[in-house]
Amino acid sequence: MLLQLINVSKIYRPNTQPIQALKKVNLKIKKGEFVAIMGPSGSGKSTLMHIAGCLDVPTSGKLIFERIDVSKLDESALAKIRNKKVGFVFQTFNLLPRTTALENVMLPLLYAEHSYKQMKTIALKVLKAVGLSERVYHFPNQLSGGEQQRVAIARALVTNPTIIFADEPTGNLDTKSGEEIMKILEKLNKEGNTIVVVTHESHIAKFAKRIIKIRDGAIIS
Amino acid sequence: MDLPETIKVALEALRINKTRSFLTMLGIIIGVTSVILLISIGTGLKTFITEQLEGLGADSLFVMPGEIHFEPGGGGGGGIPGAGVAASKFTFDHISDLKREAKTIKAVMAYTENNGTMRYKGKSHITQVAGVGPNYQEVRDQKVVLGSFFTTSQYNSAKKVAILGKTVADDLFGEEEPVGKKITISDQRYAVLGILEEKGGFGGFDMDDQVFIPATTAMRQFDMEYIMSLWVQSQSSETIPQTKEEIEKILLKTLDDDEFSVLDTKSILGVISSVLTTLTAALSGIAAISLIVGGIGIMNIMLVSVTERTREIGLRKAVGATPQNILIQFLIEAVVLSFFGGLIGILLGMAGAFLIGRFFTTTVTPWSIALAFGVSSLVGVIFGVAPAYKASKLNPIDALRYE
Repeated sequence: MLLQLINVSKIYRPNTQPIQALKKVNLKIKKGEFVAIMGPSGSGKSTLMHIAGCLDVPTSGKLIFERIDVSKLDESALAKIRNKKVGFVFQTFNLLPRTTALENVMLPLLYAEHSYKQMKTIALKVLKAVGLSERVYHFPNQLSGGEQQRVAIARALVTNPTIIFADEPTGNLDTKSGEEIMKILEKLNKEGNTIVVVTHESHIAKFAKRIIKIRDGAIIS
Repeated sequence: MDLPETIKVALEALRINKTRSFLTMLGIIIGVTSVILLISIGTGLKTFITEQLEGLGADSLFVMPGEIHFEPGGGGGGGIPGAGVAASKFTFDHISDLKREAKTIKAVMAYTENNGTMRYKGKSHITQVAGVGPNYQEVRDQKVVLGSFFTTSQYNSAKKVAILGKTVADDLFGEEEPVGKKITISDQRYAVLGILEEKGGFGGFDMDDQVFIPATTAMRQFDMEYIMSLWVQSQSSETIPQTKEEIEKILLKTLDDDEFSVLDTKSILGVISSVLTTLTAALSGIAAISLIVGGIGIMNIMLVSVTERTREIGLRKAVGATPQNILIQFLIEAVVLSFFGGLIGILLGMAGAFLIGRFFTTTVTPWSIALAFGVSSLVGVIFGVAPAYKASKLNPIDALRYE
């Protein structure tokens, strides 16, 4: 078992205007899975991803990550877990501007204490895996949307994480680029990577092998 | 992430926004440049005056009117020391009394200073006219390089003879040979006996912009009743304390205690030294205020920078940067800005000191450079902490959503 959420609840602004984003959610994800979490806007799917990816802590309940209870860890410890074990792909790419694709991909390695030469070698490798060897010194504004997202995927892969979370990865892409991105994720999954995609579109969710539906903070299927 | 890496990351972030980085550094640069310049001018002035006084000899004493301690000499001719402002009561009798009765005195000389207009063949030059004794060259350790000084008999007869400083000679005579010619000093005709060797100057002071006539002649020329000050040469620097005592004893016979002061070069040096040190420190303190302003500038820009880079900070955290990583990164950015600002300021300050060194003596001291480095880096740390802390506390999820 790679990841387990046990009775996880998340309440935002508990003291002023409480919003319960997640209501006692239970979820299990195994190694090698390709999971889609599908729900409309406001369903809590992003909150679920943030907690599962150790970007946020539950208000109550437990998160077991690779058999360790990480629910009560401080930000520093969570950051270290994210660095080594989690890769994120965002809808808005979130690449550093005026920074080359190569340097963007190297970023997580900076916080993992590699030598510069090691970082460069690994980064070039993953950029090749997503088919961007010709673009490694380009800046984000010199790349198309699909290429930027591919850089983001390479960055997510670069620390060899145990799980990759993609939050609406095709949201800012045209249909064709979107399909290309999902095909890359499919390929990565076939190679053994665990992938979780959060989306509201069923034709994107269909790429996954298991679809979890969520609505109003609770899982419904 | 280790320190060299963090510094590289910080440098990279600053390099991406070169213009902003430079403008932020400007406050520090200006502050440090001013401090270096002011300290170097102040130190140079101190060095110059010290050398001049030492040139007078550790065996010299000055009897000045009134109870004042040393006051920097007034006017453009730069007499050292200048005649006091208090009313003088010294007469030639005092000089003979001292000569006759003091055992440790080697020489006594009258010294007066007045403004005068020198004219030669239509050219005129206004400067200090010093009235001195025939033993001037020994007392002051400054010899004539052309011609000769006036003799004791010329002094005793109050003859109208003059010795010119180099600047005056050049201005009035140009290429012409001055010795033997006649000039007018304040509309009286004087014969030029010689030219004195050069002593240099500092800023507005030119030691060579002076004319020397016998003190006896000066008393009449400028209608003075009393001699402005007395220069005394002790037998050696060791006998200074005894000489001081003897002078006081002898003069107290005819003068009141508060009508004269005896100063030796060491005490004058001490006073000048402390005055200049205080002055330099005060001016530098004012300049240092601009360092604080520069620091505030850094803090402002770092705060703006943090806000602008909110999404970037969120991303860094998402991929594994701990709050400490972020804190140190932004803190180093601030320190790098202030350190480089300090470096540029030091280089500019040294260059400026070198340029000004043509007019004023300047001395760039190593400790002022170390101080500038230290303070500017410290400014970076102090004013960089708040923004860096703010950055480190950002919530990654909110930060990533920031517009």
